[in-house]
Amino acid sequence: MLNFVIVISVFLVLAILVTIFRAHTLVQVVRGKKDGESLGTSNKVNGALFVAFAVIALIAFFWYSFSQFDRYTVPVASEHGEITYKLFWITMAVTCTAFILTNLLLFWFSFRYQHKEGAKAHFYPENHKLETVWTIIPAIVLALLVFSGFRAWNNITDQAPENAEVIEIFGFQFGWAARYPGADGKLGPYDYKLIDDDNKLGLDFTSQYSVDDVIPREIHIPKGKPVLFKIRARDVIHSVYVPHFRLQMNAVPGMPTQFWFVPTKSTADMAAETGNPDFQYELVCNKICGKAHFGMKAIIIVDEADEYEAWKAKQKSWLSKNPDYLSSLKTSPAMTVASSEKENELEAQASL
Amino acid sequence: MAVSEAQVLEHSGANEHHDDHEHHGNFVTNYIFSLDHKVIGKQFLLTGIFWAIIGGGLSIIFRLQLGFPDMDLEWLRPLLGKWITDTGKLDTEFYLALVTMHGTIMVFFVLTAGLSGTFSNFLIPLQIGARDMASGFMNMLSYWLFFLSSVIMFISLFIETGPAGGGWTIYPPLSALPQAISGSGLGMTLWLVAMVFFIASSLLGGINYISTIINLRTEGMSFTRMPLTIWAFFLTAILGLLSFPVLFACALLLVFDRSFGTSFYLSDIYIGGEALPNTGGSPILFQHLFWFLGHPEVYIIILPALGITSEIISTNARKPIFGYRAMIGSMMGIGVLSFVVWAHHMFVTGMSPFLGSIFMILTLIIAVPSAIKGFNYITTLWRGNIRFTPAMLFSIGLVSLFISGGVTGIFLGNSALDIFLHDTYFVVAHFHLVMGSSAFFGMVAGIYHWYPKMFGRMMDDKLGYIHFWLTFVGVYLVFFPMHYIGIAGFPRRYYSFTNFDAFSSFGDLNMFVSAAAIITFGAQFIFLFNFFYSMIRGRKAPENPWESNTLEWTTPRVPGHGNWPGEIPTVYRWPYDYSKPGSESDFIPQTIPLSSTPESNLAHEEESAKTEQVDK
Repeated sequence: MLNFVIVISVFLVLAILVTIFRAHTLVQVVRGKKDGESLGTSNKVNGALFVAFAVIALIAFFWYSFSQFDRYTVPVASEHGEITYKLFWITMAVTCTAFILTNLLLFWFSFRYQHKEGAKAHFYPENHKLETVWTIIPAIVLALLVFSGFRAWNNITDQAPENAEVIEIFGFQFGWAARYPGADGKLGPYDYKLIDDDNKLGLDFTSQYSVDDVIPREIHIPKGKPVLFKIRARDVIHSVYVPHFRLQMNAVPGMPTQFWFVPTKSTADMAAETGNPDFQYELVCNKICGKAHFGMKAIIIVDEADEYEAWKAKQKSWLSKNPDYLSSLKTSPAMTVASSEKENELEAQASL
Repeated sequence: MAVSEAQVLEHSGANEHHDDHEHHGNFVTNYIFSLDHKVIGKQFLLTGIFWAIIGGGLSIIFRLQLGFPDMDLEWLRPLLGKWITDTGKLDTEFYLALVTMHGTIMVFFVLTAGLSGTFSNFLIPLQIGARDMASGFMNMLSYWLFFLSSVIMFISLFIETGPAGGGWTIYPPLSALPQAISGSGLGMTLWLVAMVFFIASSLLGGINYISTIINLRTEGMSFTRMPLTIWAFFLTAILGLLSFPVLFACALLLVFDRSFGTSFYLSDIYIGGEALPNTGGSPILFQHLFWFLGHPEVYIIILPALGITSEIISTNARKPIFGYRAMIGSMMGIGVLSFVVWAHHMFVTGMSPFLGSIFMILTLIIAVPSAIKGFNYITTLWRGNIRFTPAMLFSIGLVSLFISGGVTGIFLGNSALDIFLHDTYFVVAHFHLVMGSSAFFGMVAGIYHWYPKMFGRMMDDKLGYIHFWLTFVGVYLVFFPMHYIGIAGFPRRYYSFTNFDAFSSFGDLNMFVSAAAIITFGAQFIFLFNFFYSMIRGRKAPENPWESNTLEWTTPRVPGHGNWPGEIPTVYRWPYDYSKPGSESDFIPQTIPLSSTPESNLAHEEESAKTEQVDK
């Protein structure tokens, strides 16, 4: 019934509009005025509307940008983020100036130089000086922006410091996992062919480095210390995106990637700063990856350095939490994986 | 020039044919499998409009989801069937398919074929003074391959596993593995097949445009006397010719990976409970190949719109376009640079950071010619005598959108800033303004402007004004707020934002955007009504309704086969002699010899007037 009413009313509204249009056309015909020939009123109205649009849009733009500033600004929580944040607002100042000036001129000229009976336009086909000026000015401004961006980018993508905490971030449909190197400080090797329901990251336990690797439920990182994310993916491309850290790097199957940064605010710091006691850093997937792309999240907890060490010390290796895993593998003869105690035997096997 | 003499002979030979008898044919050869460039142009236009409605409609469906996430969409079930879940919600995979198809349709079917296809076909012969395209048959083939491609793409919307859903950029492995998303099954296959036909169509069209412009210009129509529209179509066609084959290669390798077990793009993948045998491929390779087309593609879309705008602004400001040569130069600059900036789409894909810095520099260089174009448009308006026809309004709107969307490119082209902004709504706002809306405005402006030549009747101005203001304000209301959402870090292609605390805000703004989108989309029906109604009931158009200089306005009200009933007119001057000092009228068509306008000739024109040879 409701649908019927909607259809009928849409139909009626359309009919009214068409009737108005017809009436309008007929009135014009009666008046002997042909549309398009009279540039009088319509031209004035359109010219005035441009100015009105410019003024209202500009006011709305400034009002919203200032009044909602805290709402749309993501607080920065990393060292390089501070730099890019500054760069962002410098670029904003430059581009907004250009954006406002050019748009205002566009609308003002449209209004100011609208058609006037008897007036004639100024024949002005070129002016090389003017053109040179507005080629060079944007070029210089852009060069400055490029230069600062270039420097920031080089620093961000430079080699991670030696003392960086290395953590592996692993993306899959639809979630994230993290792996810590354990006591030996080295992430063990992996092979995607070893992935199964238990060994979700495909760790190769023939290597002693993998044996003590930790796969915790939560991702913890220390505040004020360089952190290196080594990133890989299981199935399709994902993207490690943490807006607060100004961090983004794709996770690509078959091609490990990485990103390093220094977190500057612990989760508790951020909770205080934002006034949100439940604040959490969220790791977001930012590359279309399938039906649950929009739900692919992990929490990152930034601890004070000593808390972090304490947390790390408490973590048990994955293998020790899944003691049955290796023996279950042994029952399947196709597997070439064995426990670390029998490493020598295994090497012999592998060399076959 | 030997070439042009040969053409004149050829033309005069052709003239006899056209003068002697009207071209007769049956309905099929006249309107369906027509070789006439004007009919083919209209065919592209109508197909483009059809696709624009579909593409826009899809965006309204996903805007409903984004703006009103709690809405019961049960009423869409008759249309979408099982893609509405039992709880009355949009299926999440179908949401991705909607986004994907919206992008594909708008980028390729509307703004490439609908815009370039329509206006290149319609205007090139008319504005350079040719009877038709260099090869009418190839031209027809170009349209029908596009039609075939359209049919295949349209069918893919209705198949059970859904249309392609990996984003319009179809990055593998997502697009290669049906296990990853159901749209990568038959839907993706149809997508690829459709694109292959589309590419073939584009290439046939492009070769034709280029050869027509080079070879079939009328006497006197030197390259420096060509309207900027033709320059734009010419450079667009060259870009297309150089970049579409790369997309073809890119798609072909994807077909191999999908169907024949190769590993160009696939490596080390574990999915659906099994490890795939593919190793050694690189998903990044795909992205390089894709964006090698993809970036020139955005200029393929925007250049014709800028060309159309140049023509319309100059005509309606009653002023020569400011910096004609600079306009051509900047289009060439954009054209060349567009081939060396593709990797700015890939700063955070894990590509070498060194490459990133090179592409950042090249990308920001391309902003310079774009800025020049903006400044030149504004200066053209300065001290003009502006007539606000609907076409003019849309052209001014284009310039505004081009600037507003262009400046945000400076953020995104800066790799350090792109780390944060990549794939957020900031990008969505950027390209919808600078390329999507701008090009759409160019297309609509072109339709309003050349409608009288296409259909011999005028469109209604008042409806045009209403259409413009609703669309212009609407487009800003839709896309401007997305900047804020983007600066807040919201990722694009998200079905909903409820899963994240960081994105819990801005439900209100998203609702606002959706409402604005619905109104803007609704406003397009005013245009559609105007378009179809005026075809039958519109006021009959005068031969030169806008008092324009270019050659197409020297044809009869409805140009027949061969365009000019008599001889092809000769061109004696550039197309922008508006409001020339000394001249009685405020426009001097290209066909008026310099020697007959001694009162308005500039010094160097006075020289050439002396040597000018006027036929009759």
